[in-house]
Amino acid sequence: MRCGFWRNVPWSGVWHEDRGVKIRLTVNGEPREADVWAGESLLTTLRDTLELPGSKNACEQGECGSCSVLLDGALVCACLVLAAQADGHEVTTVEGLADREELHRVQRAFVEAGAVQCGFCTPGLVVATAALLEANPDPSDDEMREALSGNLCRCTGYAKIFDAVRLAARS
Amino acid sequence: MEVLTPRSLDEALSVKAERPDARPIAGGTDLLVELNFDRARPETLLNLNEVPELRGWSRENGTLRLGSGLTYAEAMRAPLAELVPALAEASRTVGSPQIRTRGTLGGNLGTASPAGDALPPLLVEGAQVELGSLRGVRSLPLSEFLVGPKRNALEPDELVLAVRLLPSAQPQTFMKVGPRNAMVIAVCSLALVADRERGELRAAYGSSGPVVGLVTAPLEERDHFADTVAAAASPIDDVRGTAIYRRHALRVLAERAMERCLA
Repeated sequence: MRCGFWRNVPWSGVWHEDRGVKIRLTVNGEPREADVWAGESLLTTLRDTLELPGSKNACEQGECGSCSVLLDGALVCACLVLAAQADGHEVTTVEGLADREELHRVQRAFVEAGAVQCGFCTPGLVVATAALLEANPDPSDDEMREALSGNLCRCTGYAKIFDAVRLAARS
Repeated sequence: MEVLTPRSLDEALSVKAERPDARPIAGGTDLLVELNFDRARPETLLNLNEVPELRGWSRENGTLRLGSGLTYAEAMRAPLAELVPALAEASRTVGSPQIRTRGTLGGNLGTASPAGDALPPLLVEGAQVELGSLRGVRSLPLSEFLVGPKRNALEPDELVLAVRLLPSAQPQTFMKVGPRNAMVIAVCSLALVADRERGELRAAYGSSGPVVGLVTAPLEERDHFADTVAAAASPIDDVRGTAIYRRHALRVLAERAMERCLA
Protein backbone atom coordinates (compact mmCIF):
# COMPACT_ATOMS: atom_id res chain seq x y z
CA MET A 1 0.00 0.00 0.00
CA ARG A 2 1.52 3.29 -1.05
CA CYS A 3 0.67 6.65 0.35
CA GLY A 4 1.05 10.38 -0.23
CA PHE A 5 1.92 11.59 -3.73
CA TRP A 6 2.15 8.13 -5.24
CA ARG A 7 -1.42 7.30 -4.35
CA ASN A 8 -2.58 9.58 -7.18
CA VAL A 9 -0.32 8.12 -9.81
CA PRO A 10 -2.01 5.55 -12.04
CA TRP A 11 0.06 2.44 -11.62
CA SER A 12 -1.02 -1.16 -11.45
CA GLY A 13 1.83 -1.81 -9.03
CA VAL A 14 -0.60 -0.82 -6.27
CA TRP A 15 -0.74 -3.66 -3.76
CA HIS A 16 -4.27 -5.02 -3.67
CA GLU A 17 -5.42 -6.70 -0.46
CA ASP A 18 -7.76 -8.97 -2.40
CA ARG A 19 -5.47 -11.61 -3.85
CA GLY A 20 -8.05 -14.31 -4.41
CA VAL A 21 -6.73 -15.76 -7.66
CA LYS A 22 -4.14 -18.51 -7.50
CA ILE A 23 -2.09 -19.01 -10.65
CA ARG A 24 0.39 -21.73 -11.54
CA LEU A 25 2.72 -21.09 -14.43
CA THR A 26 6.17 -21.93 -15.71
CA VAL A 27 8.59 -19.02 -15.50
CA ASN A 28 12.04 -19.39 -17.06
CA GLY A 29 11.62 -23.15 -17.00
CA GLU A 30 10.61 -23.41 -13.35
CA PRO A 31 7.11 -24.13 -12.02
CA ARG A 32 5.94 -21.12 -9.98
CA GLU A 33 2.71 -20.12 -8.29
CA ALA A 34 1.35 -16.84 -7.06
CA ASP A 35 -1.74 -15.40 -5.38
CA VAL A 36 -2.78 -12.42 -7.47
CA TRP A 37 -5.46 -9.74 -7.61
CA ALA A 38 -7.99 -10.52 -10.39
CA GLY A 39 -7.17 -7.30 -12.29
CA GLU A 40 -3.41 -7.59 -11.93
CA SER A 41 -1.07 -7.55 -14.91
CA LEU A 42 1.47 -10.30 -15.47
CA LEU A 43 4.13 -7.58 -15.21
CA THR A 44 3.12 -6.74 -11.64
CA THR A 45 3.13 -10.42 -10.68
CA LEU A 46 6.56 -10.97 -12.23
CA ARG A 47 8.10 -7.94 -10.53
CA ASP A 48 6.36 -7.78 -7.17
CA THR A 49 5.48 -11.38 -6.34
CA LEU A 50 7.86 -13.57 -8.33
CA GLU A 51 10.81 -11.24 -7.66
CA LEU A 52 11.83 -10.93 -11.29
CA PRO A 53 12.37 -7.17 -11.76
CA GLY A 54 14.19 -7.51 -15.10
CA SER A 55 11.01 -6.67 -17.05
CA LYS A 56 10.62 -2.93 -16.59
CA ASN A 57 7.46 -1.03 -15.72
CA ALA A 58 7.04 2.24 -17.60
CA CYS A 59 4.01 3.11 -19.73
CA GLU A 60 1.61 0.35 -18.62
CA GLN A 61 -0.25 0.65 -21.92
CA GLY A 62 1.81 -1.39 -24.37
CA GLU A 63 3.49 1.64 -25.93
CA CYS A 64 7.09 1.30 -24.75
CA GLY A 65 7.94 -2.41 -24.83
CA SER A 66 10.15 -2.27 -21.73
CA CYS A 67 8.11 -5.10 -20.16
CA SER A 68 8.49 -7.42 -23.19
CA VAL A 69 8.48 -11.12 -22.30
CA LEU A 70 7.75 -14.34 -24.16
CA LEU A 71 4.38 -15.95 -23.44
CA ASP A 72 4.39 -19.51 -24.81
CA GLY A 73 7.29 -18.36 -26.98
CA ALA A 74 5.51 -15.31 -28.48
CA LEU A 75 6.57 -11.72 -27.79
CA VAL A 76 4.08 -9.82 -25.62
CA CYS A 77 3.93 -6.81 -23.32
CA ALA A 78 3.61 -8.26 -19.80
CA CYS A 79 1.68 -5.11 -18.78
CA LEU A 80 -1.15 -6.07 -21.18
CA VAL A 81 -1.49 -9.69 -20.12
CA LEU A 82 -3.77 -10.39 -17.19
CA ALA A 83 -1.78 -12.41 -14.64
CA ALA A 84 -4.70 -14.85 -14.48
CA GLN A 85 -4.41 -15.39 -18.25
CA ALA A 86 -0.86 -16.71 -17.75
CA ASP A 87 -2.19 -19.52 -15.54
CA GLY A 88 -1.03 -22.81 -17.06
CA HIS A 89 1.27 -21.08 -19.54
CA GLU A 90 5.00 -20.60 -20.04
CA VAL A 91 6.71 -17.27 -19.54
CA THR A 92 10.30 -16.38 -20.38
CA THR A 93 11.66 -13.11 -18.98
CA VAL A 94 15.00 -11.46 -19.63
CA GLU A 95 16.29 -13.28 -16.54
CA GLY A 96 15.64 -16.58 -18.32
CA LEU A 97 17.71 -15.90 -21.45
CA ALA A 98 21.22 -16.39 -20.05
CA ASP A 99 22.49 -19.92 -19.43
CA ARG A 100 23.68 -19.53 -15.82
CA GLU A 101 26.87 -17.44 -16.05
CA GLU A 102 26.93 -17.55 -19.84
CA LEU A 103 25.16 -14.50 -21.34
CA HIS A 104 22.71 -15.00 -24.21
CA ARG A 105 24.28 -14.00 -27.54
CA VAL A 106 21.90 -11.02 -27.76
CA GLN A 107 23.00 -9.81 -24.32
CA ARG A 108 26.66 -10.21 -25.33
CA ALA A 109 26.06 -8.28 -28.54
CA PHE A 110 24.36 -5.40 -26.67
CA VAL A 111 27.41 -5.15 -24.38
CA GLU A 112 29.93 -5.36 -27.23
CA ALA A 113 28.12 -2.86 -29.47
CA GLY A 114 27.61 -0.35 -26.63
CA ALA A 115 23.86 -0.48 -27.24
CA VAL A 116 23.08 0.47 -23.64
CA GLN A 117 22.93 3.94 -22.16
CA CYS A 118 20.54 4.36 -19.23
CA GLY A 119 19.59 0.70 -19.61
CA PHE A 120 15.89 0.98 -18.85
CA CYS A 121 14.72 -0.20 -22.28
CA THR A 122 17.46 -2.81 -22.58
CA PRO A 123 15.69 -5.86 -21.09
CA GLY A 124 12.69 -5.35 -23.40
CA LEU A 125 14.91 -4.84 -26.43
CA VAL A 126 17.01 -7.90 -25.58
CA VAL A 127 13.89 -10.09 -25.31
CA ALA A 128 12.41 -8.62 -28.52
CA THR A 129 15.70 -9.16 -30.37
CA ALA A 130 15.96 -12.73 -29.11
CA ALA A 131 12.40 -13.35 -30.38
CA LEU A 132 13.25 -11.79 -33.75
CA LEU A 133 16.39 -13.90 -34.27
CA GLU A 134 14.56 -17.04 -33.20
CA ALA A 135 11.99 -16.48 -35.98
CA ASN A 136 14.30 -14.86 -38.52
CA PRO A 137 18.04 -15.60 -38.06
CA ASP A 138 19.15 -13.18 -40.77
CA PRO A 139 16.82 -10.15 -40.69
CA SER A 140 17.15 -7.23 -43.13
CA ASP A 141 17.38 -3.69 -41.71
CA ASP A 142 13.69 -3.14 -42.46
CA GLU A 143 12.76 -6.37 -40.71
CA MET A 144 14.83 -5.32 -37.67
CA ARG A 145 13.14 -1.93 -37.49
CA GLU A 146 9.72 -3.55 -37.83
CA ALA A 147 10.47 -6.19 -35.18
CA LEU A 148 11.70 -3.59 -32.68
CA SER A 149 9.10 -0.93 -33.49
CA GLY A 150 7.28 -1.64 -30.22
CA ASN A 151 10.35 -0.93 -28.08
CA LEU A 152 11.19 2.68 -27.30
CA CYS A 153 14.68 3.90 -26.37
CA ARG A 154 15.03 7.57 -25.47
CA CYS A 155 18.85 7.63 -25.14
CA THR A 156 20.62 5.92 -28.00
CA GLY A 157 18.90 6.99 -31.20
CA TYR A 158 18.82 3.24 -31.99
CA ALA A 159 21.97 3.18 -34.18
CA LYS A 160 23.97 1.07 -31.72
CA ILE A 161 20.95 -1.04 -30.92
CA PHE A 162 20.72 -2.02 -34.59
CA ASP A 163 24.50 -2.63 -34.57
CA ALA A 164 23.90 -5.02 -31.67
CA VAL A 165 21.13 -6.84 -33.53
CA ARG A 166 23.37 -7.27 -36.59
CA LEU A 167 26.20 -8.47 -34.35
CA ALA A 168 23.93 -10.96 -32.55
CA ALA A 169 22.64 -12.26 -35.89
CA ARG A 170 26.22 -12.94 -37.01
CA SER A 171 27.33 -14.60 -33.76
CA MET B 1 -13.15 -8.57 -8.63
CA GLU B 2 -12.90 -12.06 -10.05
CA VAL B 3 -11.69 -13.77 -13.23
CA LEU B 4 -13.62 -16.64 -14.78
CA THR B 5 -11.81 -18.79 -17.32
CA PRO B 6 -14.18 -21.09 -19.25
CA ARG B 7 -12.57 -23.99 -21.16
CA SER B 8 -15.27 -24.37 -23.83
CA LEU B 9 -17.73 -22.19 -25.74
CA ASP B 10 -20.73 -23.72 -23.94
CA GLU B 11 -19.16 -22.87 -20.63
CA ALA B 12 -18.34 -19.32 -21.79
CA LEU B 13 -21.93 -18.72 -22.96
CA SER B 14 -23.33 -20.09 -19.68
CA VAL B 15 -21.14 -17.71 -17.72
CA LYS B 16 -22.25 -14.77 -19.91
CA ALA B 17 -25.91 -15.76 -19.44
CA GLU B 18 -25.55 -15.91 -15.67
CA ARG B 19 -23.28 -12.88 -15.42
CA PRO B 20 -24.20 -10.52 -18.28
CA ASP B 21 -22.05 -7.78 -16.70
CA ALA B 22 -18.88 -9.89 -17.04
CA ARG B 23 -16.34 -8.06 -19.25
CA PRO B 24 -14.89 -10.38 -21.90
CA ILE B 25 -11.11 -10.23 -22.19
CA ALA B 26 -8.99 -11.90 -24.89
CA GLY B 27 -5.84 -10.00 -25.98
CA GLY B 28 -6.32 -7.47 -23.21
CA THR B 29 -4.76 -4.64 -25.23
CA ASP B 30 -7.73 -2.34 -24.46
CA LEU B 31 -8.95 -3.65 -21.12
CA LEU B 32 -5.58 -3.96 -19.36
CA VAL B 33 -4.94 -0.26 -20.05
CA GLU B 34 -8.24 0.56 -18.33
CA LEU B 35 -7.34 -1.69 -15.40
CA ASN B 36 -3.77 -0.41 -15.12
CA PHE B 37 -4.94 3.21 -15.06
CA ASP B 38 -7.78 2.60 -12.65
CA ARG B 39 -10.39 3.54 -15.27
CA ALA B 40 -12.35 0.30 -15.02
CA ARG B 41 -13.07 -2.04 -12.15
CA PRO B 42 -15.46 -4.63 -13.60
CA GLU B 43 -16.88 -7.01 -11.02
CA THR B 44 -16.13 -9.99 -13.26
CA LEU B 45 -13.63 -10.61 -16.03
CA LEU B 46 -14.40 -13.35 -18.55
CA ASN B 47 -11.08 -14.67 -19.87
CA LEU B 48 -11.71 -16.07 -23.37
CA ASN B 49 -8.15 -17.21 -24.03
CA GLU B 50 -8.89 -20.85 -23.18
CA VAL B 51 -11.98 -21.25 -25.41
CA PRO B 52 -10.72 -23.29 -28.38
CA GLU B 53 -13.88 -22.69 -30.48
CA LEU B 54 -13.04 -18.98 -30.76
CA ARG B 55 -9.54 -19.52 -32.13
CA GLY B 56 -8.18 -19.64 -35.64
CA TRP B 57 -10.04 -19.65 -38.96
CA SER B 58 -11.64 -22.11 -41.34
CA ARG B 59 -13.10 -22.23 -44.84
CA GLU B 60 -16.32 -23.96 -45.86
CA ASN B 61 -17.60 -23.86 -49.45
CA GLY B 62 -15.54 -20.76 -50.07
CA THR B 63 -16.88 -18.86 -47.06
CA LEU B 64 -14.22 -17.81 -44.62
CA ARG B 65 -14.93 -18.00 -40.90
CA LEU B 66 -12.53 -15.98 -38.77
CA GLY B 67 -12.79 -16.81 -35.07
CA SER B 68 -13.16 -13.80 -32.78
CA GLY B 69 -9.96 -14.94 -31.08
CA LEU B 70 -7.95 -14.64 -34.33
CA THR B 71 -4.94 -12.44 -33.59
CA TYR B 72 -3.50 -9.79 -35.92
CA ALA B 73 -0.27 -11.80 -36.07
CA GLU B 74 -2.30 -14.76 -37.38
CA ALA B 75 -4.21 -12.59 -39.88
CA MET B 76 -0.85 -11.50 -41.38
CA ARG B 77 0.24 -15.07 -42.15
CA ALA B 78 -0.22 -16.98 -45.39
CA PRO B 79 -2.46 -18.55 -46.58
CA LEU B 80 -5.04 -16.39 -44.79
CA ALA B 81 -3.21 -13.20 -45.79
CA GLU B 82 -3.70 -14.13 -49.47
CA LEU B 83 -7.44 -14.66 -49.04
CA VAL B 84 -8.07 -11.32 -47.29
CA PRO B 85 -5.11 -9.16 -48.33
CA ALA B 86 -6.52 -5.83 -47.13
CA LEU B 87 -7.17 -7.33 -43.68
CA ALA B 88 -3.58 -8.62 -43.62
CA GLU B 89 -2.29 -5.16 -44.53
CA ALA B 90 -4.43 -3.57 -41.84
CA SER B 91 -3.21 -6.14 -39.31
CA ARG B 92 0.40 -5.23 -40.09
CA THR B 93 -0.36 -1.62 -39.07
CA VAL B 94 -1.85 -2.54 -35.68
CA GLY B 95 0.35 -1.41 -32.77
CA SER B 96 3.64 -3.29 -32.57
CA PRO B 97 4.62 -6.97 -32.83
CA GLN B 98 3.80 -7.32 -29.12
CA ILE B 99 0.29 -5.91 -29.62
CA ARG B 100 -0.32 -8.02 -32.74
CA THR B 101 0.57 -11.20 -30.83
CA ARG B 102 -2.28 -10.52 -28.39
CA GLY B 103 -4.88 -8.30 -30.06
CA THR B 104 -7.84 -10.07 -31.68
CA LEU B 105 -10.53 -9.36 -34.28
CA GLY B 106 -13.11 -9.95 -31.56
CA GLY B 107 -11.54 -7.13 -29.57
CA ASN B 108 -11.88 -4.68 -32.48
CA LEU B 109 -15.54 -5.73 -32.83
CA GLY B 110 -16.30 -5.66 -29.10
CA THR B 111 -14.64 -2.26 -28.62
CA ALA B 112 -16.32 -1.01 -31.83
CA SER B 113 -14.06 2.03 -32.10
CA PRO B 114 -14.30 3.87 -35.43
CA ALA B 115 -10.47 3.61 -35.41
CA GLY B 116 -10.46 -0.21 -35.27
CA ASP B 117 -8.01 -1.15 -38.05
CA ALA B 118 -9.65 -4.48 -38.90
CA LEU B 119 -13.07 -2.94 -39.48
CA PRO B 120 -12.66 -1.16 -42.88
CA PRO B 121 -11.18 -4.26 -44.62
CA LEU B 122 -13.97 -6.44 -43.19
CA LEU B 123 -16.64 -3.95 -44.26
CA VAL B 124 -15.48 -3.77 -47.91
CA GLU B 125 -15.62 -7.57 -48.05
CA GLY B 126 -19.23 -7.65 -46.81
CA ALA B 127 -18.46 -9.35 -43.49
CA GLN B 128 -21.18 -10.77 -41.26
CA VAL B 129 -20.68 -10.90 -37.49
CA GLU B 130 -21.70 -14.12 -35.76
CA LEU B 131 -23.04 -13.56 -32.24
CA GLY B 132 -23.76 -16.36 -29.81
CA SER B 133 -25.63 -16.85 -26.56
CA LEU B 134 -27.41 -19.74 -24.85
CA ARG B 135 -30.47 -18.62 -26.85
CA GLY B 136 -28.68 -19.47 -30.09
CA VAL B 137 -26.50 -17.98 -32.80
CA ARG B 138 -27.44 -14.98 -34.95
CA SER B 139 -25.67 -13.20 -37.73
CA LEU B 140 -25.60 -9.47 -38.48
CA PRO B 141 -23.98 -7.51 -41.31
CA LEU B 142 -20.99 -5.64 -39.87
CA SER B 143 -22.63 -2.32 -40.82
CA GLU B 144 -25.61 -3.19 -38.57
CA PHE B 145 -23.41 -4.55 -35.79
CA LEU B 146 -21.59 -1.22 -35.44
CA VAL B 147 -24.25 1.15 -34.12
CA GLY B 148 -22.18 4.09 -32.85
CA PRO B 149 -18.80 5.17 -31.55
CA LYS B 150 -17.71 2.34 -29.25
CA ARG B 151 -21.23 0.91 -29.39
CA ASN B 152 -22.31 -2.36 -30.99
CA ALA B 153 -25.41 -4.51 -31.26
CA LEU B 154 -24.27 -7.16 -28.75
CA GLU B 155 -26.93 -8.18 -26.23
CA PRO B 156 -25.66 -8.46 -22.64
CA ASP B 157 -25.71 -12.29 -22.75
CA GLU B 158 -23.96 -12.54 -26.13
CA LEU B 159 -20.37 -13.02 -27.19
CA VAL B 160 -18.81 -12.30 -30.59
CA LEU B 161 -18.05 -15.76 -31.99
CA ALA B 162 -16.69 -15.08 -35.45
CA VAL B 163 -16.75 -13.06 -38.65
CA ARG B 164 -17.88 -14.66 -41.88
CA LEU B 165 -17.15 -13.42 -45.36
CA LEU B 166 -16.88 -14.64 -48.94
CA PRO B 167 -13.48 -13.38 -50.15
CA SER B 168 -13.98 -11.31 -53.30
CA ALA B 169 -10.53 -12.30 -54.65
CA GLN B 170 -10.42 -8.82 -56.18
CA PRO B 171 -7.56 -6.29 -55.93
CA GLN B 172 -7.74 -4.58 -52.55
CA THR B 173 -5.66 -2.56 -50.15
CA PHE B 174 -5.63 -0.80 -46.79
CA MET B 175 -4.00 2.53 -45.96
CA LYS B 176 -3.68 4.44 -42.74
CA VAL B 177 -2.48 7.90 -41.77
CA GLY B 178 -0.59 8.45 -38.52
CA PRO B 179 2.46 10.20 -37.13
CA ARG B 180 4.70 7.12 -37.46
CA ASN B 181 4.58 3.62 -38.91
CA ALA B 182 4.13 1.77 -35.62
CA MET B 183 2.05 2.22 -32.48
CA VAL B 184 -0.41 4.49 -34.20
CA ILE B 185 -4.15 4.90 -33.74
CA ALA B 186 -5.42 5.87 -37.19
CA VAL B 187 -5.88 9.59 -37.83
CA CYS B 188 -7.90 8.21 -40.71
CA SER B 189 -7.79 4.97 -42.67
CA LEU B 190 -9.23 3.48 -45.82
CA ALA B 191 -9.80 0.02 -47.26
CA LEU B 192 -10.61 -0.27 -50.95
CA VAL B 193 -11.65 -3.10 -53.27
CA ALA B 194 -11.63 -2.61 -57.03
CA ASP B 195 -14.20 -5.28 -57.83
CA ARG B 196 -13.98 -5.92 -61.57
CA GLU B 197 -16.31 -8.91 -61.29
CA ARG B 198 -19.18 -6.79 -59.99
CA GLY B 199 -17.99 -3.68 -61.79
CA GLU B 200 -17.83 -1.59 -58.64
CA LEU B 201 -15.52 0.23 -56.29
CA ARG B 202 -16.01 -0.30 -52.58
CA ALA B 203 -14.27 1.79 -49.95
CA ALA B 204 -14.60 1.86 -46.19
CA TYR B 205 -13.19 4.69 -44.11
CA GLY B 206 -12.03 4.51 -40.49
CA SER B 207 -11.59 7.27 -37.89
CA SER B 208 -13.64 9.60 -40.05
CA GLY B 209 -17.12 9.32 -38.59
CA PRO B 210 -18.99 7.82 -35.63
CA VAL B 211 -18.69 4.38 -37.21
CA VAL B 212 -16.64 2.86 -40.01
CA GLY B 213 -18.56 3.73 -43.21
CA LEU B 214 -18.96 2.01 -46.58
CA VAL B 215 -19.05 3.86 -49.92
CA THR B 216 -19.72 2.11 -53.24
CA ALA B 217 -19.84 3.31 -56.83
CA PRO B 218 -19.73 1.78 -60.33
CA LEU B 219 -16.20 1.39 -61.71
CA GLU B 220 -16.99 4.00 -64.39
CA GLU B 221 -17.21 6.64 -61.67
CA ARG B 222 -13.55 6.17 -60.79
CA ASP B 223 -12.67 9.80 -61.56
CA HIS B 224 -15.05 11.16 -58.91
CA PHE B 225 -14.75 8.34 -56.40
CA ALA B 226 -12.15 9.99 -54.14
CA ASP B 227 -14.44 13.01 -53.79
CA THR B 228 -17.42 10.73 -53.13
CA VAL B 229 -15.53 9.00 -50.29
CA ALA B 230 -14.43 12.31 -48.76
CA ALA B 231 -17.96 13.67 -48.96
CA ALA B 232 -19.49 10.55 -47.39
CA ALA B 233 -17.28 10.73 -44.29
CA SER B 234 -18.30 12.83 -41.29
CA PRO B 235 -15.03 13.43 -39.43
CA ILE B 236 -14.61 15.58 -36.34
CA ASP B 237 -11.75 17.61 -34.85
CA ASP B 238 -10.05 15.71 -32.05
CA VAL B 239 -6.62 15.15 -30.47
CA ARG B 240 -5.40 13.13 -33.46
CA GLY B 241 -6.40 15.50 -36.26
CA THR B 242 -8.90 17.97 -37.66
CA ALA B 243 -11.99 17.24 -39.72
CA ILE B 244 -10.59 19.22 -42.67
CA TYR B 245 -7.32 17.30 -42.62
CA ARG B 246 -9.11 13.95 -42.38
CA ARG B 247 -11.37 14.69 -45.33
CA HIS B 248 -8.38 15.80 -47.39
CA ALA B 249 -6.34 12.75 -46.37
CA LEU B 250 -9.23 10.40 -47.26
CA ARG B 251 -9.34 11.89 -50.75
CA VAL B 252 -5.59 11.31 -51.14
CA LEU B 253 -5.79 7.76 -49.75
CA ALA B 254 -8.70 6.87 -52.06
CA GLU B 255 -6.78 8.18 -55.08
CA ARG B 256 -3.64 6.22 -54.10
CA ALA B 257 -5.62 3.09 -53.31
CA MET B 258 -7.27 3.18 -56.74
CA GLU B 259 -3.89 3.65 -58.41
CA ARG B 260 -2.69 0.58 -56.56
CA CYS B 261 -5.75 -1.59 -57.23
CA LEU B 262 -6.57 -0.54 -60.80
CA ALA B 263 -3.00 -0.61 -62.16
